[in-house]
Amino acid sequence: MDAVLLARLQFALTIGFHFLFPPISIGLAWLLVIIEGLGWKTKNEVYTRIGKFFAKILGLTFAVGVATGIVMEFQFGTNWAEYSKFVGDIFGAPLAAEGVFAFFLESGFLGLYLFGRNRVSPGVHWFSSLMVAVGATLSAFWIIVANSWQQTPAGYVLRNNRAELTSFLDAVFNPSTVIRYLHTVDAALIAGAFLMAGISAYLLLKGRETEAAGKSLRLALIFGLVVSVLELVPFGHEHTRQVARTQPEKFAAIEGLYASQTGAPIVLFAVPIDKPPELKAPIEIPGMLSWMAFGDVNAPIKGLNEFPPDEIPPLFVTFVSFHNMVILGIYFIVVMAWGTYKLYKGTLWGSRKYLKLLLWSIPLPLIACQFGWVTTEVGRQPWIVYKLLKTSQAASITVSSGELLFSIILFGLIYLLLGILYIYLLAQKVAHGPDPAQRKEVLV
Amino acid sequence: MDLNAIWFWLIGILIIGYAILDGFDLGVGILHLFARNNSERRLHINAIAPVWDGNEVWLLTAGGALFAAFPVVYATVFSGFYIAFMLLLTALIFRAVSMEFRGKVDNNGWRRFWDWSFGLGSLLPAVLFGVAFGNILRGIPINGAAMFTGTFLGLLSPYAILIGVLTLALFTMHGALYLLMKTEGDLRERLKRVSTRTWVAFVVLYVIATVATFFVSPFLFAGTMKNPVCWVLSLLLFGGVMSIPFAVSRNMYFRAFLASSVTIAATISLSALSLFPRLVPSSIDLAYSLTAYNASSSDQTLTTMFTIAVIGMPLVIIYSVFIYRQFKGKVMITEESY
Repeated sequence: MDAVLLARLQFALTIGFHFLFPPISIGLAWLLVIIEGLGWKTKNEVYTRIGKFFAKILGLTFAVGVATGIVMEFQFGTNWAEYSKFVGDIFGAPLAAEGVFAFFLESGFLGLYLFGRNRVSPGVHWFSSLMVAVGATLSAFWIIVANSWQQTPAGYVLRNNRAELTSFLDAVFNPSTVIRYLHTVDAALIAGAFLMAGISAYLLLKGRETEAAGKSLRLALIFGLVVSVLELVPFGHEHTRQVARTQPEKFAAIEGLYASQTGAPIVLFAVPIDKPPELKAPIEIPGMLSWMAFGDVNAPIKGLNEFPPDEIPPLFVTFVSFHNMVILGIYFIVVMAWGTYKLYKGTLWGSRKYLKLLLWSIPLPLIACQFGWVTTEVGRQPWIVYKLLKTSQAASITVSSGELLFSIILFGLIYLLLGILYIYLLAQKVAHGPDPAQRKEVLV
Repeated sequence: MDLNAIWFWLIGILIIGYAILDGFDLGVGILHLFARNNSERRLHINAIAPVWDGNEVWLLTAGGALFAAFPVVYATVFSGFYIAFMLLLTALIFRAVSMEFRGKVDNNGWRRFWDWSFGLGSLLPAVLFGVAFGNILRGIPINGAAMFTGTFLGLLSPYAILIGVLTLALFTMHGALYLLMKTEGDLRERLKRVSTRTWVAFVVLYVIATVATFFVSPFLFAGTMKNPVCWVLSLLLFGGVMSIPFAVSRNMYFRAFLASSVTIAATISLSALSLFPRLVPSSIDLAYSLTAYNASSSDQTLTTMFTIAVIGMPLVIIYSVFIYRQFKGKVMITEESY
């Protein structure tokens, strides 16, 4: 099998699996900052109980996130040696900065947060929860910087057969960094809100810890509504507009625009076909895409036919991922708005169907994150660094297909095991609930 | 000192930081295999539970910094050591989740599984780091185009394995000394004996390894012996090693741990000094070696990275010390513990 394809599969597997956990960690960490803060200020023991309960879930999520994250730091060197040599002058700095400015902060204070409740004052304990959230969010920043530079490289010059840094600030704040960062971190907040809402809903359904679960559900719903709305407008919208300006091929692919046109329609539904690229059975709103992207219903938009055939991304995967992500994004707003309305009306607590819906919605933001990730990464193909280096030229020359296959099987099996155990332990933790009396402990 | 030399030594400091900090975590994990009952095992795990994650960040930061400062080394070594790396990562993954998973299900088989996973997930990295280091000291087959031309099995030479066992002894001793600060009673008495035995093993292996290095990689000694820094480091190493049994016999465990940390720092610094400016010597022809000058990033990047390190690392050290101080003293098993 083709070594480049295997290297891509291996990378997609390891990063895709890893990317299930940081969004939960980031979202949950910020919700815990609020809960621990309330507990500290109000001295209400209920908040402490919720805090302890969700802190355990954060700890579990973090452990799997850290374990799978170690791989990522070395993956560029192992699988993408030619890429690493080409971009090392620029790409390594954000990874190192992530370590120095973010990983130390989040993992150091996570230890204090998870194990130090009885060792430090409530103020210091709250501060440690804040530092975990800040660290996790900063970590996202540096990794988004690295990724954004691949999408919209800036602050470099081509010299000595590689991209060399000319301006660190330009490279860090390249044209897609800020909006991509806001969009991604907000997605993480949605994931945290849905997790907390779903788990709280489960406890209410079981009639357990109703006071605590009621408080965490209320917080998760209001928080969730705000972040879900922000995700669509302005973050999602502005991110797409940025793609339209900076990566027109990707934009044409995600929107399913085969032929260039003025007054381009937005496609609500269609079945995309790769060869030749076209949409079957589309449902469209005329002029809408031109208006959304460039503020003018008649604005011309380049279609895939304008670009060299070997420089356009696969249509099917990008189109489908992008549209499913958007559908899920709208679903999140509806669910959170509905819940907030029920909360306002006072009918939330008796609405079992809605609570069940919340429970089953827990994984959906993570699926949306995966769709978003696939959209941005597959949409960048065939480039590994947009317009500078092709993916086909980036893989390690000295690594054989056999070695790649070995590591795909190895990590595939390990991650399958970790995934099953994570879900099992999470379900078990939730079934135990927040009450310390219900927690069995073996001491000897 | 120019920027390239500064970064050579900064990478060295990150590796030393990792070896001292995660070194004791790995040692504790290895010793966990020899704990006698569940409460002893829990003491081992909870002795490092609040801090191991932050310690491992030194490795991640060293990896990132190597990528940024010496991308050719990062690319060549990691792709060249592919299978070895995958095994190392597997071990580190299992170690990380074992601590979290172990206490979550009340079942003996479950706990035993994660006990072994935690122990072997600590033992394997300790050996593999040494094997990797041994390969660097010995030189690896790199051709004129900075391509690794060796095989996985070629990395397992007797010399590399010797360095692997040496590292295993060092980290086990280091972990035992850390645990002396954290435990009491019968367990501590046993750990004292372990620290003595591993100390003897380390000293013997170190002497053998030094002699072996003289034959395997004579180029490491050329010029180094005349360097006064070499003699200062050797004195530090000697002082560190000799202080360990002295401090343990007087029940000064923190001092013993510090002495062991000095030993680790001096050992790695001596190796770095004899390698400088080579980062990875080539066993095909020394002229093909990857050095701090032919494998580095541009001056612009090295300067930027230096600024990041100067701003960031003092902060890291300040809050890390603060966090460690909160967990000072013996391990306490509470409802938050693993």
